[in-house]
Amino acid sequence: MEDMIKGNHVFAEAALRAGARFYAGYPITPSTEIMEYLSTRMDEVGGVYIQAESEQASMNILTGASASGVRCFTASSSVGMTLKQEAISHMADSDLPFLAINVVRYGNGLGNLQTGQSDYYRDTRGGGSGDYRNFVLSPYSLQESVELIAHAFDLGDKYGMGAILHTEASLGQMMEPCSFPEMKTVERRPGAIDGTHSQERISPLFRDRFAEALEMKERYKRAIENEQMWKDEYLEDADYVLVAYGLAGRSVMGAVEKLRAEGHKVGFIRPITLWPFPEKAFAKVNPAVKGYISMEENAAGQMVDDIALTLKKTEQRDKPVYCFTYASSIPTLKRIKSDFIKVTNGEVKEVY
Amino acid sequence: MAIAKKTPEMLGKQISFCPGCGHGVVVRLIAECVEELKMEKNCIWSIGVGCYSLMGAAVEADNFNSLHGRGAAVSTGFKRCNPDTLVISYQGDGDAYSIGIGESVSAAYRNENITVITVNNTNYGMTGGQMSATTMPGQKTTTSPLGRDCTTTGMPMKFPEMIAGSFPDVAYVARGAVTTPAHVAKLKKYIMNAFKAQMNNEGYSLVEVLSPCPTNWKMTPLQAIERVNTELVDYYPLGELKTREAK
Amino acid sequence: MKVKVRQERCKECGICVANCPKKAISFSEEISVTGYRPVVVNDELCIGCGICYTMCPDWVFEILGDRG
Repeated sequence: MEDMIKGNHVFAEAALRAGARFYAGYPITPSTEIMEYLSTRMDEVGGVYIQAESEQASMNILTGASASGVRCFTASSSVGMTLKQEAISHMADSDLPFLAINVVRYGNGLGNLQTGQSDYYRDTRGGGSGDYRNFVLSPYSLQESVELIAHAFDLGDKYGMGAILHTEASLGQMMEPCSFPEMKTVERRPGAIDGTHSQERISPLFRDRFAEALEMKERYKRAIENEQMWKDEYLEDADYVLVAYGLAGRSVMGAVEKLRAEGHKVGFIRPITLWPFPEKAFAKVNPAVKGYISMEENAAGQMVDDIALTLKKTEQRDKPVYCFTYASSIPTLKRIKSDFIKVTNGEVKEVY
Repeated sequence: MAIAKKTPEMLGKQISFCPGCGHGVVVRLIAECVEELKMEKNCIWSIGVGCYSLMGAAVEADNFNSLHGRGAAVSTGFKRCNPDTLVISYQGDGDAYSIGIGESVSAAYRNENITVITVNNTNYGMTGGQMSATTMPGQKTTTSPLGRDCTTTGMPMKFPEMIAGSFPDVAYVARGAVTTPAHVAKLKKYIMNAFKAQMNNEGYSLVEVLSPCPTNWKMTPLQAIERVNTELVDYYPLGELKTREAK
Repeated sequence: MKVKVRQERCKECGICVANCPKKAISFSEEISVTGYRPVVVNDELCIGCGICYTMCPDWVFEILGDRG
């Protein structure tokens, strides 16, 4: 059995194993252990580690690193990620990849220090100005996060886009057995800035924004077509499909097993990429399904909208979509079961 | 015996600055120093947000348009990844001293091995002449139309003094001007010293340059030069505030 | 000729005119393609000191030195 390792340490080590050699960040609960770990570990792998003066400064430092073609990452939480939005948009404008690990803590503003999924909208829509997209990947376990982190860097290089590892406080803080791949060495991105002026670059102030808009649309279409990731089970005969990601998704997976054992025809979809949203999963669902139930760790429901939007593209557009929100907590198996029963009993009104 | 002088090779197209603006001289001096140090194929310019944002088209060297105020942070990223490359953060007083004050101070605080060049024209030029951190007492700008009231807005900021005074380990700090031949000659030496400090891994270097801004000061170029040489030089003294350690 | 002038770059700021120690620079009567009256250098008065090059913000001048 592998060693038990703390989540935040897993995220940091996984990034290094994937070849990242540049970190700039700022401490913020519940992500701080990531940078504490890197403060000595980065030196061991010969990379650059900077404790910057703020989240926004660290994202701008990352801008220079990514522009230099170096695989780079940062980590923060919710309100700290808010400070990074300007630079994330700026990096998107110059096709600069990065990985930002958002160990989400619940709430608006300062929020609290508990787990949550209240950043779904912000991370999938982007909090910076403009029409950009980032890859958003959400693990349900530490082992999955190791794979997703490596994949996020590869996606970034492939598409010239940033990626967010959208996780949550409880996963960052818990310990699980986890194994890592061998340490990778990654070359600088070809065509990056290196001082030699070997390539002409067009400043954002002079670009043909019309041609660029067409290219962006095509690129995002390609990403949506090719990069959706999810886990699903029991969709073919499902009466109801529970949809949840991250640790809520982990709970839902367990609850669905229990409900199945009790005879309920229920299935689940656990989105792994939040952007692109796994639309293709919904095409696999039983055409006679009675409804979809979104289960989220926030207040007012966010992912429920994407479920409804996705259904609109299918024959299932008239199926009801329900939403349960659990604020700053992971729904328990008991709670998921009882909320599911409320739907089947007609006690709950659908959102869509 | 006359000495030949030619615009540096790395400067191509003309930049659309206002007649009499100081940026054109600063950019030329930087390019002269870069070429004399034979670093034209080994330099990266971070360009901040201001009138000079458009200069990337004229400078035939690696450059990058940074977000407003963040030049010192972006340059830190560039330099840490390319330690043998000359990294220059070109900013205005608007870019570096208000929205960018956190990043500007912190790069000096960490003694990052970059050169920051700030062009100080006592207003936010590109956006039409608003008050900046270096606007003088009583100076009329579009956000201080009755003249800057320092009792409510603070006294103009002396950034080089702050840096030289607070961070004794930095490599080199100077303030120059572009408004007389003697000032320009000295300014070129300051820029050269700053670049040499960087190339010798001595730490952070800063050169602030007092520049006329005829358009937003509502003056002719020659009147604006006169303002620099009398009013501004009086408050913002020229010279080296921190010299390079003897090596 | 001691000084070459790229007239299309001149913006008529007058800094060179004011700083030339020999008063060798003046504004042309003609209007350039950019709408300014560019400067002209009187080669007889000019001593090739290079102050115009030093002060010009638009890189108008080239001092030819002893090759001129």
